[in-house]
This record gives sequence, structure tokens and C-alpha cells, in this order.
Amino acid sequence: MSDQQDVTFTVNGDERVIRVEPRRSLADALREDCGLTGTHLGCEHGICGACTVLVDDQPVRSCLMFAVQAEGARVRTVEGLAAGDKLHPMQQAFWDNHGLQCGFCTPGFLMLAVSILERDPNIAEPELREALSSNLCRCTGYQNILKSVLAGAAEMRK
Amino acid sequence: MSLIGQSVKRLEDRPLLTGSGRFAADITPPDALYMRVVRSPIAFGRLSGVRIAEAQAHPGVVAVWTADDITDIPPIGFRMTPILGLEAYRQPVLANGYVRYVGEPIAAVFAVDPYSAEDIAELVAPEIEPLAACVDPVALPRELAPGLGTEVAVITKAYGDLEAAFAAAHVVVSLELTVGRHSGVPLETRGAIAIPEAESGILRLYGAAKVPHYNRQALAAMLGVPLDRIHLHEGHVGGGFGIRGELYPEDVLTCAAALRLRRPVKWIEDRYEHLVAANQSRGSVHRVRAAVDERGFIRGLDDEFWFDQGGYLRTHGVVVTDLTCAMLPGPYIIPAYRSVGHVRLTNKTPCGTYRAPGRFEASFVRERLVDVIADRLGLDPIVVRHRNFIAKAAMPYRRDFSALGTDIVYDTGDYAGLLDKFLKRVGWDTLRADVARRRRSGEMVGLGLGFFVEKSGLGPFDDVCITLGGDGRIEVITGAASIGQGVETVMAQICADRLGTDLEHIRVIHGQTDRIARGMGAFASRVTVMTGAAVTIAAAKLRSELLAVAARLLQTAPDRLTIKGDRVMLQDEPSGPSLDFAAIARGAAGALTAEATFTAEHMTYPYGAHLAQVRIERDSAGITLERFFVGYDVGRAVNPMLVEGQIAGGAAQGIGAALLEEFVHDGSGQPQSVTLADYLMPTIAEIPAIEVALFEDAPTPLNPLGVKGAGEAGIAAAGAAIAAAVDDALARVGAVRRLPITPNRLHTLLADLGAGELAST
Repeated sequence: MSDQQDVTFTVNGDERVIRVEPRRSLADALREDCGLTGTHLGCEHGICGACTVLVDDQPVRSCLMFAVQAEGARVRTVEGLAAGDKLHPMQQAFWDNHGLQCGFCTPGFLMLAVSILERDPNIAEPELREALSSNLCRCTGYQNILKSVLAGAAEMRK
Repeated sequence: MSLIGQSVKRLEDRPLLTGSGRFAADITPPDALYMRVVRSPIAFGRLSGVRIAEAQAHPGVVAVWTADDITDIPPIGFRMTPILGLEAYRQPVLANGYVRYVGEPIAAVFAVDPYSAEDIAELVAPEIEPLAACVDPVALPRELAPGLGTEVAVITKAYGDLEAAFAAAHVVVSLELTVGRHSGVPLETRGAIAIPEAESGILRLYGAAKVPHYNRQALAAMLGVPLDRIHLHEGHVGGGFGIRGELYPEDVLTCAAALRLRRPVKWIEDRYEHLVAANQSRGSVHRVRAAVDERGFIRGLDDEFWFDQGGYLRTHGVVVTDLTCAMLPGPYIIPAYRSVGHVRLTNKTPCGTYRAPGRFEASFVRERLVDVIADRLGLDPIVVRHRNFIAKAAMPYRRDFSALGTDIVYDTGDYAGLLDKFLKRVGWDTLRADVARRRRSGEMVGLGLGFFVEKSGLGPFDDVCITLGGDGRIEVITGAASIGQGVETVMAQICADRLGTDLEHIRVIHGQTDRIARGMGAFASRVTVMTGAAVTIAAAKLRSELLAVAARLLQTAPDRLTIKGDRVMLQDEPSGPSLDFAAIARGAAGALTAEATFTAEHMTYPYGAHLAQVRIERDSAGITLERFFVGYDVGRAVNPMLVEGQIAGGAAQGIGAALLEEFVHDGSGQPQSVTLADYLMPTIAEIPAIEVALFEDAPTPLNPLGVKGAGEAGIAAAGAAIAAAVDDALARVGAVRRLPITPNRLHTLLADLGAGELAST
């Protein structure tokens, strides 16, 4: 199509050049054009937070952002968390504390949690709960997500 | 140490944590077509035609289908139903002649990319003449289409002399109670990817869940394809809760299109579609009355209710109504009983089951009633429960009717014992004293209890095949399904335990129809009970086969050998000769395989109690759930961490159902809850820590492990307990008549009750 545009950005440290329609969402661009299907779409209207990625270290609903808006940005997704076989402390904490069941909301929660703690490593529990209330989970009842994030936070502070 | 009973970490987590899961939307076959469904914007109307010319002119279009293009495909049949002869109420794959709910599929477009598919769907123009919609299930029955009345069926379950019970009653207590429409709303929407394999002639459907084997048969029959030419495959599944995995129109359409267009067809539902098209449940109105003696003993219970079925009967037939009738008596004796359930068509999204179908509603109704009985007689509601409980000594206890095709026989249970232990565990006296003190200082706080009996482990069978592969790995092939609940871990725990090996050597297969001929799937909290029992038997068989081969190779007797990790060695000479699994596999003449089938005629009945503590904010009519406790006897917990996880997740859904969630429709049947900003699921801000007390006092004799199901325990009496807690905070027993208790409804209640005076009493 003639109305396609080039977008250059980095995803998990790798530079990517993709050619997309201006209306293509960042989530679709990550999933379909970059092959990174770890970012999940739960509602496509910005409520559930399953598609949360970090754009220049800010948590963003990638379903509500156009790919073209990511021009020049540094995007981080769940695929970039682990270092090879070694899980990120937050991933490990979710595993250790049964912080997931079906796992569909998990990438969004992981990215949200990592961004919260990168910004404020010593965040108090009430503020943490408040921040985590931006995402939805339908399986766990949240307690083990909170437990996981607290454990991951302790590990990240080390 | 036995692996059963250990809270081991889940085997399935790593890919889910690293973003390498394979959910339906992650599967994109090369050369795929994308389906978009055109849905009715009108709740009820005559469909006189569908204009598709403009859509067909779009450059990205490959095909546009309406009902006329699939006249050879029958409506979707019933997977389970206790009543025959209801075929006229089935849903067609595409609307034909009438539309009966907003969201009903009218046409399907197939295009080369998903964005174009949406553009093209916009160009399809259905011609609908609106008719007066039916939205109230209690309204007098009427004709919805020629010859099709809104009263689909009336289910009655009864025993005892009800008339005599009411004639002799000391007090008769009556209530009208309403439960709103809810659904599972998993975080992953539905999806279906149908791939026709040119070389084998096999059609493969990915995105399957819950009941792949049943759906395979149903699809083969509907599409006129031999059974061996179709297979279903379950990948990662983003939550089920009863609603996912049933056979829906979209599954049939993707398969039919893949066969006819000879290309892979991918369909991923969007959230708006999900909230109008996937099964909903619960919506019902109960008029219930009880005949009670002076001591609070319920001599007779009479319930008439209306279930808001929506526009069609789907795969579940009338199961929800059947279960509601059957499970209403719960833990109580109730010598005379009648429940009459009307299944009523309305112009809303059709219903199926949602986690604890019939029990969430029945527990709400029954436990409300018990609280009001206690209040009327000036008795402690806990005392009234004790007076009505079926005694431990009366087990097994038979109700004189059936549900899901099996007679209801409570297998084991000590209801009084559980309630006592639970109240002790939660510190009931301290909680009561604390709430009383806060009320004296002006706070509106309250405690509420709900008791429930669950059902689990529905048969009739499950097959398992365990194989030792050439690489020394053990493969457990099941006909179960995993919707995110931890099936792989639990089956591996049972297998490893019975085989005497470690989890890491075991791989569990589920949801693949090309790996095992039969399978019942995952519903009704059945997998750990049924599949788990089959694994228990097959693993013991494989152990003896394995030891026999090893004995031959080591030139000794099998009973001198033992298994440690993946090695077989002499029991009394651990440093002596030994063989690993791979060597045994090589030494065996053929593949080492053990098969087992477990059958069950009756379900097993776990039970428990929920306790809620709430605070009402008078000014905002907001409700804060301060604490939530669940006590549950699961018979035996294979993995307590996963059982508690199931309960906590179910409780969160129950809390949502009690306080937030509802599918609302206006008078013309237009749904008002079509985004996740309207259908309010709880976030972490609304959910306190779910405090779980697991008990193993009543293991079942019905399976070799003694286990009962855990999937629906968290939600079953959540509505009952929260309603009772709100009553208590309002100091008016029986005030809550309707779920969810939204701020609007609570505001009305507060106004009606005169909140100012209440608070000072």
C-alpha cells in the first residue's frame, strides 16, 4: 500500500525498521512485524493492561499507541527481560510465588512491575497495590501477584 | 517423601514468563486468511436480507458468506442436556430469517489481512426490521418466532410432602432474590485457526480448549468430514471458567472456510465481540419460601425461578437450570423439597455455564433464606445451620434426583465439623467482637457467612496412556484439557509419585486429539479427580513393566529393584549395578507403555464455607471488602499451592459477581456492558488477601487418591457471604435481594432503611 510508513525504533536493544500503515497499533507491530508475540492483546481499548510494554522506560498500553508514534523510541517487551536462560528476578519471583495461572496477563504485569520498581525501588505496599491496579488478571485473585512483585522487588534491590 | 501433597512449583510456567507461550493469536500460518464476523446491532428483528455487493468489491476480499452460503451446515447441537426434543432452540451458525440478540453472527468475511477484514465487514449491510424485544425472563411466555415460545422448558425436582410441611409450619419465610448476568470473561478472547493440510487431507483446528474431543466429533458431523480427517489442538489457553472451548459459530465458520477456500483461516475475537458473543450465565430470579419449625429446622423448601437463557440454547442445553434445581438444598436435610426452574428465552446473548453454575446462584438463595429464618426466629444463624446440616453419620447421603445424568449421592462430608473448625480458624469470636466495637463507634461494618456443597469429578471416564520413550523421558498422554489451572504439574506429580521418579523426567500431553482416541476434557472440576485417577493406575502399571524389563536386563527379580530419579537399582545395594530409563527403553523389546481407564458413576461432593467482612461508606454507598475467608474440604490436596490458587482466583470472581460485574441491557435489549470499562472486573484494589483454610477430613472413597475437585470452591458461596455481610453492616437481615450490590442499589437500600438511625443503633 502506498500509505505505508517506515518506522525505526529499538526493541529490546535491537534496532528495527518496519514498514506499516499509520493506523497499525504498536502492539500489532510488535507481534506481527517484529514476531514478538509475548505482548498480549486482552481488550484493545486500554483497560486490561495485558499489552503493557515499556517505551523509553515508561509503561504504555501498546494497543493504544500507533507504531508510527514509536519512531526513535526504545521499546522493551517481556522477551527482553531474561538474560539468556537466566530469568529476570521479577520473572523468577512470579514463578516462585505462583503469581500466574493461565499466564495471559503475565507479560503485562511483569513489564508494569519492572517499570514501577525501576522508578521507585523502595515503593511502599499501598502505593504498589495502587499502581498494580492498572492491570487486570482473571485467574489469580491478585494476592500471589502482589507477593511475587514484593519478592521480585526485594531481589531487584540487591 | 510423597510428591502428592507437595506445593511444587509449576512445570508450565517458564514459557509463560518469557513471552514464548503459544496462545491462539500467536499462531499465524503462512498464506492465512482472516475472518471477521458481521454481527447484529439489533436485539430482535426480522432479517430480510444482507447486502454484500460493496464488501465483495473491496480489493482485499476473498469471500463473504451469509446463511445462504452455508445451508448445508446444521445448527450447533447440545453437548450435554437432560431434556430431549429441544432442537428447535439451537443456534444457527449464521442468522437465518431472524436475529435474536445483539452480537448474533449474520455474515462472515474472509480477507487477506485482519485490518482489511474489519474494513470489509463494515461494508456488509444487514437489512433488519426491528421487533419488540423480550428482556424480562419473568414476563409471561410469548412467541419469539413462528411456533417458538420463550418458555423453552420447565425443570422440576421434588421429593417429600411439601403441602404437609407448609401446613405444619411454625413460620413461613418468603423471599424474591435476583442474580445478575455474569460471565467468565477470560483475559484472552476466543480464537480459532483452521489449517487444511493438503498432503494429508487433515483439517487441524488450533485454539481448541476444554472439550477438544467432543468438538472434533461435533465438527466432523456438522461439516460432513470423516472423523479421521479432523484434529483439534489446544495450545496455551488464557483462562476458561466454563465459557471457553464450547463449540461456537465462529469455530464452525473457520473450519468450513478452510475446507472450502483451501487456505488456513484465522479468527481472533475482539473484546467487544467477546462481551456480546461468548456465553454468559447466572441471570435468574428466584421466588423461594421455606416452612420452618420453632427450632429453625427447615421442614419444606419451595423455589420457583426463571433463568434468563438469551436468544438460543447453546451446547449446554438447559444444564444450568438443572444444576440449580439439584444443588439448591446444599448441606441441609430439608425433608420436603420442590424446585421449579423455567428456562426462558430473551433477546440477549445466549447462556452456558460459568464457574460453579447453579451453585453460585443456589448458595445465594439458600443461605439468604437461612439467615432470614434465623432472624425471624431470633436464633443465631450458625445454630440454625447446625440444626439443618446433614450429619456426618448419614453419609453417603442420597438426594432423590439426579444432575448431569448421575444420581446425586453426597459421598463424604462433615459439614458441622468443617463449620466449627473454620470459625475457630478465622477467630470468629474475635472478629465478631471487633465488628461490634467498631459499630458502636459509628462505622458500618458487618460479617456474613455462606455455606456450600460443591460437585466435582464428573465421569463417565478418562483414559491415560503413559509411555517410556527412547530418550528415557516419560510421556503422560491424557484426554484432559488445560485452561491455565496447572494440569501438567498436577498430573506429573501424581505420575512421578506412583512411578517413584522425579517431575523433571515427565512430560504431560493434553488437548491433542491426534494423540489419544478419547478424552473428556476439563470442566466440572473433573481433571484432578478423573484424569488423576487414571494416571494413578497407569503409572503403577508402568512401574511394574519397567521393573520387569530392568530385572531381566540386570538378571535379578523385580521385587529386589527400586527406582530413584531416572535410575533403576537394587534396593539393598544402591551402589551396585543400575540402569537409567533410556537404557531400559533400549533394552525393552517394544515401547514400554501402560494404559488405564478410570470410570466413575457418581460425582464427588466437596464442601466449605465463605466468610466476608465488609465496610460501607455511607456517603458514597461504596462497599469495601476488608477480609475474605474460604474454608474448604478438598478430600486430599495434590498440590496445596495450586488448590489455594484456584480458590483465590474463584473468590475474586465471586467478589466481582457480588459487588461489581453485571451484563446490563436496556429495554430494547441493547447491551450496555460492551467494554471492560462497563463490565467491571475487580482489580487488585478491590480484592483483599483471600485467606484460605484447606481441610482434608473427608477424602472420597470414589477414587484411589481420595481427591475432590478444587476449581469452583472459591466462587460458590461468595455472593451469599458478601450479601450477608452487607446485611449485617446495614443491621437489617435480608436487606440485600439482588446481586451485584452496586453503589446505586446500595444507595437505594440506604435511603429505604434510613441510614442515619441505623448507624446509631
